[in-house]
Amino acid sequence: MNLITVSGPPSSGKTAIILKTAETFKKRGIKLGAVKFDCLHTDDDLAYEKAGIPVKKGLSGSLCPDHYFVSNIEAVVDWGLKEGFDLLVSESAGLCNRCSPYIKEIKAVCVIDNLSGINTPKKIGPMLRMADIVVITKGDIVSQAEREVFAARVHSVNPVAIIMHINGLTGQGAYELGTLLFDDSKHIDTLKGSKLRFSMPSALCSYCLGETRIGETYQMGNVRKIKLEEN
Amino acid sequence: MISQEYLLQTTPKELIGRFPYLNTFFAGLTLKLDKHQEVSLQQIITNMEDEIAEDNSFEGELFIKQLQEFIQQMQSFLGEDSNVVDTLTILPGTDKNGNPELFETLIFEKSTITSIVGPTGSGKSRLLADIEWVAQGDTPTGRTILINGEKPTADWRFASGKKLVAQLSQNMNFVMDLTVAEFIELHAESRMVANVELIVGKIIDAANELAGEKFEPSTPITSLSGGQSRALMIADTAMLSSSPVVLIDEIENAGIDRKKALQLLVGEEKVVLMATHDPILALMAHQRIVIRNGGIHKVIKTSLEEKEMLIGLEEIDRGVQLLRTRLRSGEELHSN
Repeated sequence: MNLITVSGPPSSGKTAIILKTAETFKKRGIKLGAVKFDCLHTDDDLAYEKAGIPVKKGLSGSLCPDHYFVSNIEAVVDWGLKEGFDLLVSESAGLCNRCSPYIKEIKAVCVIDNLSGINTPKKIGPMLRMADIVVITKGDIVSQAEREVFAARVHSVNPVAIIMHINGLTGQGAYELGTLLFDDSKHIDTLKGSKLRFSMPSALCSYCLGETRIGETYQMGNVRKIKLEEN
Repeated sequence: MISQEYLLQTTPKELIGRFPYLNTFFAGLTLKLDKHQEVSLQQIITNMEDEIAEDNSFEGELFIKQLQEFIQQMQSFLGEDSNVVDTLTILPGTDKNGNPELFETLIFEKSTITSIVGPTGSGKSRLLADIEWVAQGDTPTGRTILINGEKPTADWRFASGKKLVAQLSQNMNFVMDLTVAEFIELHAESRMVANVELIVGKIIDAANELAGEKFEPSTPITSLSGGQSRALMIADTAMLSSSPVVLIDEIENAGIDRKKALQLLVGEEKVVLMATHDPILALMAHQRIVIRNGGIHKVIKTSLEEKEMLIGLEEIDRGVQLLRTRLRSGEELHSN
C-alpha cells in the first residue's frame, strides 16, 4: 500500500483535488481509501462516501490537529492495510500555518489556492516548505499574471517541489497528479519508527490544560511574551 | 551545479553578490539571513538556536538543498533560450470510445491562431491538459505532444518557471489590491525582467490600444471594467508571460477590440489556441479543430469563402459597436 499525506489551509480545495484524482485512480484499477483529519467539524467524509471511497474521519476537538494526526496515523495505516487498499490518502487541514504533517519517505502534497494572497506562501511553514508536490487551485478565476506571480512566490519558498495547477471543479490536471502519486513499487507495512520531516507546533502551558483565567499569575509552563519595545 | 560545500562556506551577502536573483529566495524566508556579511551559512546553521529554527521552519540540510536547487533552476532559466517554441505538434490518440483520431500530425505554429469548436464536455479541457502536461502517450487519450518537432525535455512538465500554456478566460478576474502599474511591476519582477519600467509602460499602452475606454497606470486593477480588465490581461500575457502557448476561452464582444487583441498575441510570437463559437473569432483563425466525444474529429483550414464571409461579419459587428457607442453617449437611434 502507498500512503500519501495531503494538507493545506482550510477550503483550499484538498478534498476536491483528491476526489478528482480518485476518479482517475478508479479507471486505472487502483483501490483507494481515505482518512480525513479535521478539528471541529467536517462533512468531507460524506463526499468521499458518495464517491464510493472507504473513509474514516477523526476530529481533534480541543487538541492541536497535527498532534492528533501523528498520534493516530499509525492506526489508520493498519486499517488501510487490513482493508487491502493500494493507496491510502490522509487529508488534514492546516489551521495555524505552522502545521507540519509530513513524514519522511512518505509523499507529501500541499494544496494552496490562488485567492489566498501573494504573501501567503511566505506565511506558511513546513506544510509548504517541506512538501514534495505543491498543488495550486482556483487558477480558473484569477488572471494569468496572478497565477504566475503566485507560483513564483511558492517556488521561492520551496524550489524543490513540483508545482502543479489543478482545477478542482473540472479536474483538469488531476490525471497528471495521479501519475505522480501512485508508485507501484512502493509499499509500507507500518509507520512504526518513521519520523516527521519537521517538529510540530508545540505548547505546554496552563492554557493547554484548560485554564481560562487571564493574568500573569495563571500562566505556567511554556509561555512566550510579545516584544512591544522593539523597533 | 554549485556544490553544497561552496554554499556552506559562503556568506549570504557574498552569495547575493554573485547571484543577485537570490534576493527573492532570501526574501521568501522568515529569517533575515541576507543581512549576514561576516558569517558563513555553515556557521549560521550551526549556531542557530533550536527555538529560532523551529519558529521559522528552518532546517539546515533542506535549506542548503533548496538553495542549491534554486540557483540551478535560475541558471538554466537565465542562461538558455530553450523556452522558444516554433511549433507544437500533436500526434493522434483516441477518443473516449478508443477510436483512433483521424489525422496524421496536427501542427500549431507560432504566430498562428487555431480555433477549437465542439460542445461542452466534448473534450476541450482534456486536449488542453494534454498540451499543458506535454503528454507522451501517458494520458487517457494516448496523444503525444512534440515541441519543435522533438520529444520535449522533462522540465516542460516539472520546472515551475517553464509552463507551456497561459490561459485567458471570461471567468478570470483580478483579485489583488494594487494599481495597474504596481501589478505589472510585480509580475515583471517575478519574471526577473531587466527593465521593469519600460515593460510596464509598453503593456499599459498596448492594453489601452485594445480597450474602448482608456485607463491610467494609477487605476486600481479591481476597478477596471470588464473590457479593460480583459485588455490588460491580454497585453500582459502577450508581453510578459513566459508561456509560448496562449489558450483563450472566448473573449467578450464589448469594450475590447478583439481583432487587435489577437494581432498582439500573434505579433508576440505566441501559439494561439482559442475555444470559441463566435463566428468572427473562429474565422479569424488559420485553422479550426472540431472536437467530438473526447477526440479530435476534424481539422479544417479556414477557406477563402469563409475569409470573405468574415469581412461581411466584421462589417455587421462594426455597425453593432457603433450603435453601442451612441447609446452610451445618450443618443437616440434611428433606423436609417
